[in-house]
Amino acid sequence: KWSVIMPTLIRSVGTNIPRVSKFRGISDGVILGADTRATDDMVVADKNCRKIHHIAPRIYCCGAGVAADAEIATQMMASNVELHTLNTGRPPLVAMVTRQLKQMLFRYQGHMGSSVIVGGVDVTGAHLYSVYPHGSYDKLPFLTMGSGAAAAVSVFEDRFKANMELDEAKRLVRDAITAGIFCDLGSGSNVDLCVITAAGAEYLRGYDRPAGKGKREGQYRYKPGTTPVLTKTQTPLSLDVVYETVQMMDTE
Amino acid sequence: IVPVAGLCPQGSYGIQDSLRSGFTSVKNELLPSHPLELSEKNFVLNQDKMNFSTLRNIQGLHAPLKLQMEYRAARQIQRLPFLQSSNLALDTLRGSDDTIGFEDILSDPAQSETMGEPHMMVEYKLGLL
Repeated sequence: KWSVIMPTLIRSVGTNIPRVSKFRGISDGVILGADTRATDDMVVADKNCRKIHHIAPRIYCCGAGVAADAEIATQMMASNVELHTLNTGRPPLVAMVTRQLKQMLFRYQGHMGSSVIVGGVDVTGAHLYSVYPHGSYDKLPFLTMGSGAAAAVSVFEDRFKANMELDEAKRLVRDAITAGIFCDLGSGSNVDLCVITAAGAEYLRGYDRPAGKGKREGQYRYKPGTTPVLTKTQTPLSLDVVYETVQMMDTE
Repeated sequence: IVPVAGLCPQGSYGIQDSLRSGFTSVKNELLPSHPLELSEKNFVLNQDKMNFSTLRNIQGLHAPLKLQMEYRAARQIQRLPFLQSSNLALDTLRGSDDTIGFEDILSDPAQSETMGEPHMMVEYKLGLL
């Protein structure tokens, strides 16, 4: 079965990373998608940021919410997963990443404002989880998070099918993120995809660039002489010297 | 926010040690300045309390007793007060030697800009001060 996750954009105080990510689960993998806009309230802080973070060779994470919180949370997950792998000698499970993430987020009672979609392939198969800032999580065939979640999930609700082909799945994820890019102010710029299968993960940065800068069709400058001069009057101002002082500069 | 009174003063004889920890301020000690302040300050203690009481219920009193005895022994393996101790035995007992948390990333004592005055700290530890 294909599962889809879509991290979406979330606006929050400070620099936040709205993310639109879509994730689709496929019968033997997952597809994570995200947009690339980071906003600071109403200003775009970064128009090409990375929202899909690497946790393990076959586990990736899309982070939405406050950018710094998502970044540090995913980095700590990556470190802990690496230590755990070295300790146990086994490749990590997606459930393990989700559990550590939710325990950490619950400990900080939502003050750590990062909503995260964790997806990957492990020995038990392909999985997709979403973790909210307060520590709750969902495990579903497709998920979206962030400010563009509503726009993206609507595309999923319409066209998602179980057992899709890889190309069809990538197109669906791309379309869902594009819906977020166009219909949500917190999402924009390019579409990043990450296709994870048992063979490995393929990070397609800049998979699609739907919101490019348009080309100017014409010249908008006025030619000199466009505005006709009707009358011209000159009034000389006669000024008299009233007061004159000389001040020596200190040149030493 | 629930005010918490009666936080133990750090000095000896149960009174505020103005020389080392500054003046007391009732407001600072009454209300926490962040919703998570108390929760984080006591996080390890609360976790240990919960784990030990579960362990006691499952295995009997001897299990937490033995473990706490080991913790106390391991906690005493320290360098001189102004030097940074690795706490390797303590970390191994706790299981925190294979996890990374914020305490490992932030406020690294090896990179702190200030250092305690060695003689004073040793004298304080020996009780000569």
